[in-house]
Amino acid sequence: ELSPQEYFGSLQAGRASLAYFSPNVSPGAQPFLEQIENSAEALQDYGISVVKVNCPKEDVSRYCGKENAVRRAYLFRGNMLIREFPTDALFDVNSIVANVLFALLFNEVKYVETLADLQNVENALKGRSNMVFAYVPATGTAEHRAVMEAAFVYGTVHQFVLTTEATLLKDTGGDEPDVSSARLLFCHCQRATDLAQPCRRTAMGQALTILNIHRHLKLMGAPLVTEVAEDPEKVSTVHLQLGLPLVFILSQKETYEADRRTAEFVAWQLLGKAGVALLSRDRVDLNVLLRSNVALKTPDEGVPIKYLVLEDTDEVITLVEDKSKVKQIQEEEEEEGDEEDEDEKENNNQDIQDDQVVEAVSRDKKRELPLEQILVLTEETFHSALLETARTVVLFYASWEAVSLAVLRSYTEVADHLKGTRGVLLSRVNCWDWPGVCTKENVTQFPTIKIYEKGERSVMYDGMWETEELTSFIMLSRVSCPLKLATIEEAEGYLRGEFPSELSSYHHTSILGVFSTAASEAREAFEEAGSILSGHVMTGMYFEDDALALSRKYAVSPPALLLARSGGRRVEGIALSKQSAQDVVRMIRYELLDIFPEITVQNLPRYLQLRKPFLILFSDGDIGQMESKEMLKVAKERPQQAFVACWMNLKKTPVGRGVLKAYFATVPSLPLLVWVNLHAGGQVFKFPSEQTITEMNILSWLEKLKAGLEIPSSTLSEEDWKPPLPAYDFLQMMETAVPELPLHTSHRREDTPARPPPESPGGDTTIREEPPQDTKAEKVGSPGRDLRGTAPRLAAREKQGKRHSEL
Amino acid sequence: LGLALYASSLCAASGAAFLYHDYCVIGAGPSGLQAAYFLQQANRDYIVFERSHAPGSFFALYPRHRKLISINKQYTGKSNSEFNLRHDWNSLLSHDRRLLFRRYSRDFFPDADVMVRYLEDFASLLKLRVQYNTAIVHVTLERDEQAWNGHYFLLTDQDRQNYNCSSLLVATGTWVPNVVNFPGSEYVEGYETVSINPEDFAGQTVLILGRGNSAFETAENILGVTNFIHMVSRSRVRLSWATHYVGDLRAINNGLLDTYQLKSLDGLLEGDLEDLAIVKDKKGKLHITLRFYLENRNTSAGIDSITLPQDELDNFATRAPYDRVIRCLGWKFDFSIYNRSLRMMPGKGNKKKYPQIKPSYESRGTRGLFVLGTASHSVDFRKSAGGFIHGFRYTTRAVHRLLENRHHGVPWPSTVYPITQLTNSIIKRVNEASGLYQMFSVLADIILLRENATAFEYLEEYPVGVLAELEMQTGRKAPNGLFVVIMEYGRNFSGADKDVFYYNRAVGEAQHAWQSNFLHPVIYYYKHLPTEREMRLRPPDWPLPRPDAVHHIVEDFLTDWTAPNAHILPLRRFLENCLSTDLRNFFAESCFLFAFTRQKLPPFCRQGYVRMQGLVGSEGLRRHAVEAGLLEDYTLIDFSGDKALDSYKGSQDQLLRDHTIPVRPLQHLVNSKDE
Repeated sequence: ELSPQEYFGSLQAGRASLAYFSPNVSPGAQPFLEQIENSAEALQDYGISVVKVNCPKEDVSRYCGKENAVRRAYLFRGNMLIREFPTDALFDVNSIVANVLFALLFNEVKYVETLADLQNVENALKGRSNMVFAYVPATGTAEHRAVMEAAFVYGTVHQFVLTTEATLLKDTGGDEPDVSSARLLFCHCQRATDLAQPCRRTAMGQALTILNIHRHLKLMGAPLVTEVAEDPEKVSTVHLQLGLPLVFILSQKETYEADRRTAEFVAWQLLGKAGVALLSRDRVDLNVLLRSNVALKTPDEGVPIKYLVLEDTDEVITLVEDKSKVKQIQEEEEEEGDEEDEDEKENNNQDIQDDQVVEAVSRDKKRELPLEQILVLTEETFHSALLETARTVVLFYASWEAVSLAVLRSYTEVADHLKGTRGVLLSRVNCWDWPGVCTKENVTQFPTIKIYEKGERSVMYDGMWETEELTSFIMLSRVSCPLKLATIEEAEGYLRGEFPSELSSYHHTSILGVFSTAASEAREAFEEAGSILSGHVMTGMYFEDDALALSRKYAVSPPALLLARSGGRRVEGIALSKQSAQDVVRMIRYELLDIFPEITVQNLPRYLQLRKPFLILFSDGDIGQMESKEMLKVAKERPQQAFVACWMNLKKTPVGRGVLKAYFATVPSLPLLVWVNLHAGGQVFKFPSEQTITEMNILSWLEKLKAGLEIPSSTLSEEDWKPPLPAYDFLQMMETAVPELPLHTSHRREDTPARPPPESPGGDTTIREEPPQDTKAEKVGSPGRDLRGTAPRLAAREKQGKRHSEL
Repeated sequence: LGLALYASSLCAASGAAFLYHDYCVIGAGPSGLQAAYFLQQANRDYIVFERSHAPGSFFALYPRHRKLISINKQYTGKSNSEFNLRHDWNSLLSHDRRLLFRRYSRDFFPDADVMVRYLEDFASLLKLRVQYNTAIVHVTLERDEQAWNGHYFLLTDQDRQNYNCSSLLVATGTWVPNVVNFPGSEYVEGYETVSINPEDFAGQTVLILGRGNSAFETAENILGVTNFIHMVSRSRVRLSWATHYVGDLRAINNGLLDTYQLKSLDGLLEGDLEDLAIVKDKKGKLHITLRFYLENRNTSAGIDSITLPQDELDNFATRAPYDRVIRCLGWKFDFSIYNRSLRMMPGKGNKKKYPQIKPSYESRGTRGLFVLGTASHSVDFRKSAGGFIHGFRYTTRAVHRLLENRHHGVPWPSTVYPITQLTNSIIKRVNEASGLYQMFSVLADIILLRENATAFEYLEEYPVGVLAELEMQTGRKAPNGLFVVIMEYGRNFSGADKDVFYYNRAVGEAQHAWQSNFLHPVIYYYKHLPTEREMRLRPPDWPLPRPDAVHHIVEDFLTDWTAPNAHILPLRRFLENCLSTDLRNFFAESCFLFAFTRQKLPPFCRQGYVRMQGLVGSEGLRRHAVEAGLLEDYTLIDFSGDKALDSYKGSQDQLLRDHTIPVRPLQHLVNSKDE
């Protein structure tokens, strides 16, 4: 606060000051004075002093004496008046700063009103310097201030152009610009060589704040493509510092020019979203696949650089844009989340079913199952029913349990398949109705399927819960295992699949044990093994005097096994050296495995049990003959393979695509050979697509793998299976609502951190203490069940987007 | 038998002939026979002593008006025999299906004679070893280092025959009538002997002392013929439907409440019986006065000199004279036969009619002496059903299991399941188990976790009061944490004086389940077995100390807790979070994908698919799962090319990568489901 003499005496040349002349304090000017005082600090940053000049009463000089001086403020540079502001243009700090800077930066910030003006400015700048073009809906706004503040800093570097005309914005391109919001475009005029063409523009995506403008200009100022010749992990550019990713284009000497062009192209596309660097592989020792051509470095600390093989530039762009999109969505979601009320947030979708089996079954529950073929057994009828038929299949289930119900659906299909088969009765026992039978039959899990033979012995089904396998199991169980064959003709017929006649129409693999009359120990082991494998594989045995003839025919010496596979029924001979039944079972199971199997959902577990790495040929449909032959050679290479060589038909096993997607993010071109260390480390290697699948190539590739020369395309997650969602924390709810109760327990354990008791949380915590009539209105979340309120409650629930199974 | 008894008593008289049994049971009432059944099943050396010539002598006399107030439900709409026991309050536990009470009576409230017949059949059909006409008149201890408990129990019957036992099970019930002594109490008739013929009360004015079911039962019988009935007791009436305690006044007997509240002359009064006095006038009418007046006067003076309350307060409530006063004050345990060395002490306060026992039903004074049946009700008096057949049949079984472990090295029966069956096991039990249901807050199922939570061991109906001693009492080990499955009413919901019919009394939403009021399952999780100290310091009204986590399954109108989303899903989430694992079920196809894309598999795949028992599921089901967004259908890609791949992101990917992102595609279901 100065007197007029003091003020005018103190004005220095070149220094700007904003002065307000006040004869005496007039009440109407008070709010304005306040604003001007508030802006003093902001203006101070730009070297502008704010002065209140107290006019003596008698003063009638130029400023003090003026009639309406109190309605105005004056901007001086030195002692020269630059601008006279009506106080209503200076309504708040933003407008004061914006207008004052606008007046001072008259040259640095050009104000244009027409398109022609804009083009003139632009043309004049071409080849010389860049232009920052800003549209603000009105002057004196926060955006206007931000632009002016930026101009104060960058005004000498770039030409700033300002407009309040929305028409100009329309013509500068941009689809349907929102005229109510300010926009800023960076026009790359310095690089513009063609005068006829408008300068390239890069719009700023974020809101106009000083920080965002600063950031944008900084990014625009950075070199389009950075050349890098050091370890990319160590590289840091403006982009990374500003929290944007950096894309490396991996280049080689031979392709440098093309790579550079690609890099520039990509850089233009990603301008403002990511940085682009050109990395020459020749100068850096990179430990990555030769085929990798792009790398992505994210600003997050500790995230390793991702090396990728991408086919075109679009992929690079989507790579970056998707990331930022994901991030944006996440941010938006977070914001939304904040808006939601407490309850919702805690709720966390816990009450939405995420168990695929339970959900599928409950969606299917309205459909009536065709259960006519399946006899319902009860506690009373159970034992009598078992005696009536030669074989009774019993499904023990619980009508409320999802897995049981899923199996019941397959069971109806089995019943359909076996319709009319004599000597087999399909039945079911609902253990929820008849727990006594289930306990007595030693059923501890749901579901359980047992096959009872004339009420004597029973076999528990231990295969896949699936129609075909269960059907086959029931069929094969009809014949006792191992089947004793009486004549050599029977044995031959057995190997051809024609004997026993019940199974002749049914594809199955047969195993024949050939024993000399003496080898009783091996025979006993085989007999036991046969009964263990009953239902899974047909076993028979032959130990008549002429067994030698049989063994000679198939070139084995007893005791031995002859194996006739279901397909071609080619007979293989295997020497039987194992002595214990368990060993024989294991051996038969192993022999039943194919050398080069097609992996399916159903048979994978059998091969998983070998606990070996997998060499998988993914194929869309059947595999080619050539590949099949070569793979078979690889598989047969050594008899005791150290890996499982197999193939997967993606037409038959579509989920294989999901596997590929997990390995390579997208489904690569097929056929494709992949090595997976399933049980050790989980690395996934991709056979180079440029090589043809031949035994030689595969073996040399495998050698390289073994030597650690190849880099895995991905590694299987080692993550544990954690709870998908949190549970309701009733303990905490209790403590919040009734703090005095459980906290009495002074014996709390060390490992459960003590929660401070919440301070007397008011009315609704004492719910239980109050007369019950009062509680109904107050109870939060109205957990009531009275039917009166049902309709409004359901309506409210709809809004919540939650779902419950009951009224 | 009579002869044999006679012979043996002769022997006893002549000298030291001791008859020895491992287990002696005193009393062949319901709990004595129930204990005998379990001992017989386990092939133990036992004997039951019964003073009467037949079992259930209490029921031969009581209730005087012969109507049992334990329900005998014929139909529940379910065939599950375990579930049906929840609504059968009279049967004892046995394997014999003939011994279900509903085969004996079709009455919802059966006649007491049927109970006597039932108990006779129970003893004879199961060939239980009961020695009738043997009244044990004295019990003492005989120290012996060799004995199971450091002493033998020495029992003496009315014929001075001695019996030696290693373990004594007292199942004598409470049969000694409670009496009060006040001036004039000689004019009071007892419930035991009062006439049950309403004719005898015609035109009379009756005062009944007491306010239990026997008092109301007596009133009910004569309600229609008396001038009026007054009922006096210290405490206010407690209605069983308000307290959820079956020992309080049952609705079937409450006709007097009706006539009182409708001002039909009958009435209820509160007052301490100890302060009363009754004087008889010359006409034989009985007048109520106060002991205080009697003490201050000359005893020799006649009736006319006695001050009556109405002399000073002329509108005194019970100023009308009565024709009869009937005492219906219930019964107490017979403490008289036990030698001092057994330290059979009466309980404190309102439990003084019962002997003091531990939550394991073992006497506080003597090791090896267990109290069964009604006499053991101090454990859960006015809380649960331990004083009634439908409660103590389970606690008796629990005691038997404790004894099997302690004396015969037979650990508490248990079943081991893979962890994938955890949710199922709990759901199965809370839906059908009758012991948990009847003995709520007293008996609990215990789930002991095996290492790495891959399997668990399930123990049924263990008395939670001795949870701290679990390892010692059951012979099972609990090193890896445990769940306790128990049923509870909402705290503060039931009780005398509470309005149990207020609006919104029942909770419907799973997220508010902890506020459930009606009987519902509660699961406590402990990382370590609670210690004795923690048990002692547990919050009042809590059956258990503070757990590491707790789950309430929301109360259900039908007591059917099998709803997939409201009951099973929140339970699964609770179990998952306690065990820090994923307990979802997966189709084989998902397991296949996980097997190739993850180094670890969820338990369901590990214990099913990998062991060649994957759930392939029918085509229809898989389609439903795809529609729900919980399974990805990769066949679709064939038609739309690789680009489509991205648009299908979200379902399987979430299963694969990010378990915490909620499965949004499900939400479109919401409305249709609710409708």
